[in-house]
Amino acid sequence: MPITVSLFSYLVSAVCCIMALRGLSGPQTAQNGLRFGIGGMALAILTTLMLKDVNSYGLIVLGIFIGGSIGTVIALKIEMTALPQLVAAFHSLIGLAAVFIAGAVFHNPEIYGIGSTDNICVGSLIEMSLGVAIGAVTFTGSIIAFGKLQGIITGAPIIFKKQHLLNAALGAILALLVMVLCLTESAFVFWLIVVLSLALGVLIIIPIGGADMPVIVSMLNSYSGWAAAALGFTLQNNLLIIVGALVGASGAILSYIMCKGMNRSFFNVILGGFGGEVAADDMANHSNKPAKIGSAEDAAFILKNASSVIIVPGYGMAVAQAQHALREMADILKEEGVKVRYAIHPVAGRMPGHMNVLLAEANVPYEDVLELDEINRDFSQTDVAFVIGANDIVNPAAKKDPTSPIYGMPIFDVESSGTVMFIKRTLGSGYAGIDNELFFYDNTMMLLGDAKKMCDGIIKSFEN
Amino acid sequence: MPDTQKLIEQAANVASSAEVLSNQASSLALQISQSISSDMAGGAPFFIMGLTVFVLACFVGYYVVWRVTPALHSPLMSITNAISSVIIVGALIAAGSEAFTFSKWIGFLAVILASVNIFGGFIVTRRMLQMFSKKKK
Repeated sequence: MPITVSLFSYLVSAVCCIMALRGLSGPQTAQNGLRFGIGGMALAILTTLMLKDVNSYGLIVLGIFIGGSIGTVIALKIEMTALPQLVAAFHSLIGLAAVFIAGAVFHNPEIYGIGSTDNICVGSLIEMSLGVAIGAVTFTGSIIAFGKLQGIITGAPIIFKKQHLLNAALGAILALLVMVLCLTESAFVFWLIVVLSLALGVLIIIPIGGADMPVIVSMLNSYSGWAAAALGFTLQNNLLIIVGALVGASGAILSYIMCKGMNRSFFNVILGGFGGEVAADDMANHSNKPAKIGSAEDAAFILKNASSVIIVPGYGMAVAQAQHALREMADILKEEGVKVRYAIHPVAGRMPGHMNVLLAEANVPYEDVLELDEINRDFSQTDVAFVIGANDIVNPAAKKDPTSPIYGMPIFDVESSGTVMFIKRTLGSGYAGIDNELFFYDNTMMLLGDAKKMCDGIIKSFEN
Repeated sequence: MPDTQKLIEQAANVASSAEVLSNQASSLALQISQSISSDMAGGAPFFIMGLTVFVLACFVGYYVVWRVTPALHSPLMSITNAISSVIIVGALIAAGSEAFTFSKWIGFLAVILASVNIFGGFIVTRRMLQMFSKKKK
């Protein structure tokens, strides 16, 4: 295939990838976007296979077959609650693949046409080491994020003295090593960069608390894009540069949205140490005031007599697998003529848009699900705010208490509705480890118990 | 009769000038393709072109991603994950080289990893999008 033709089809493939993201602007066009994405990827692979440099297909077919089967099986089996872990795991694979590819380029630059062994041009060496470093950080960082989301590693931040100093020193050493690599082209230095970057990836992510994982998963998404773009520079391939930039931008925007949803600056998240601490003295203050505790029957009575209900789901709902029971409950209420809507906070769930997927899985209509700024004003005209498995995103401390770690975070004004129903297992603190005074408000009714059992109980009471 | 003669002459002229033009066009195309491939060979010229493409693509990405509806942010993450596996292009070149070198083997590993992502990413995205679209009826 002449080089102009292959460059042209890479361009078409890049446009397909842009169209894939463009399609996600609405659920109607999303399927089309997916088709563009698959088409673009297929075109990119076919074009590469027809390049004159590629002339043995055995390993390629075997590799695609092995990888494809593993990917297919995992993707079909995964539970939607485990989506964030899955995405983190996938990011780690991209990172590792980027490391391997950069390694292949370093050891055999002639097959990529960028010089010969021990005689690679300096520009390519810098780009290559950038790609390999970002790839390695993405790899180990994603593994740690995966471990934290999966619960293998503690969600509490792991902090030790002079941590940031160590990271900064590692970064400086890496920069130095890149210079040494440019001068010597030694394979030892190259793999040393890989090893140090792997260590840096671990060190960057371990001090970050479980509550910040949505930001981290988006950030690693962004990194995997930048790694691809850096490889694109090394391989002098515009397709990789374009797609890398798209993915990088996408991840960066998602991290920004998540940070804004928590009113935290990006650097604050990266420096870590947030979450996990329990404000014990606060809890003692409130425990004098009794919380009003209701039963499923009480809740059913109030809900049936309400004219509008807003459901505020959190990750706890998904953990209890309560989404189907919840939707059933909402359906019964709708039949009774109650207006039921769902309010989704930007950081509900453990990755951007996670809660929307979980509700969609339970057949909740897309139109009933509203975002924070679309619905927040309606709480004052709502009879019941039904908080299920959420905590921090309705915590009034975010508005009132400047000392609270979540101060300034945008929250749902559930307390302005007629009654707040709060399904929770205990009166304990939320994922971010912060106490919630909303439990003790006069118009709050605590429904203590498992979210799914509580929803089932309410449905049963409806029927009686 | 002389008119016909003239017409034939003119036609021949047009034909010859068209031929010259097509020759020029093909030599231009050759030059362009040569200049592209010579750019590919030299490091510095590609860097500037690549940087141009990179910056423009960042802007495209910025505007396209802000238009994605928040409800579809999870599918966005999984589809970007799938398309970032386009680095498989680099892996294929390594794995497809004739000699059995170290590069071929790590290229092979990279092909496996990237394929897990391509298939996994697109299939998970498809599963999610089906959940969103089935309620339209």
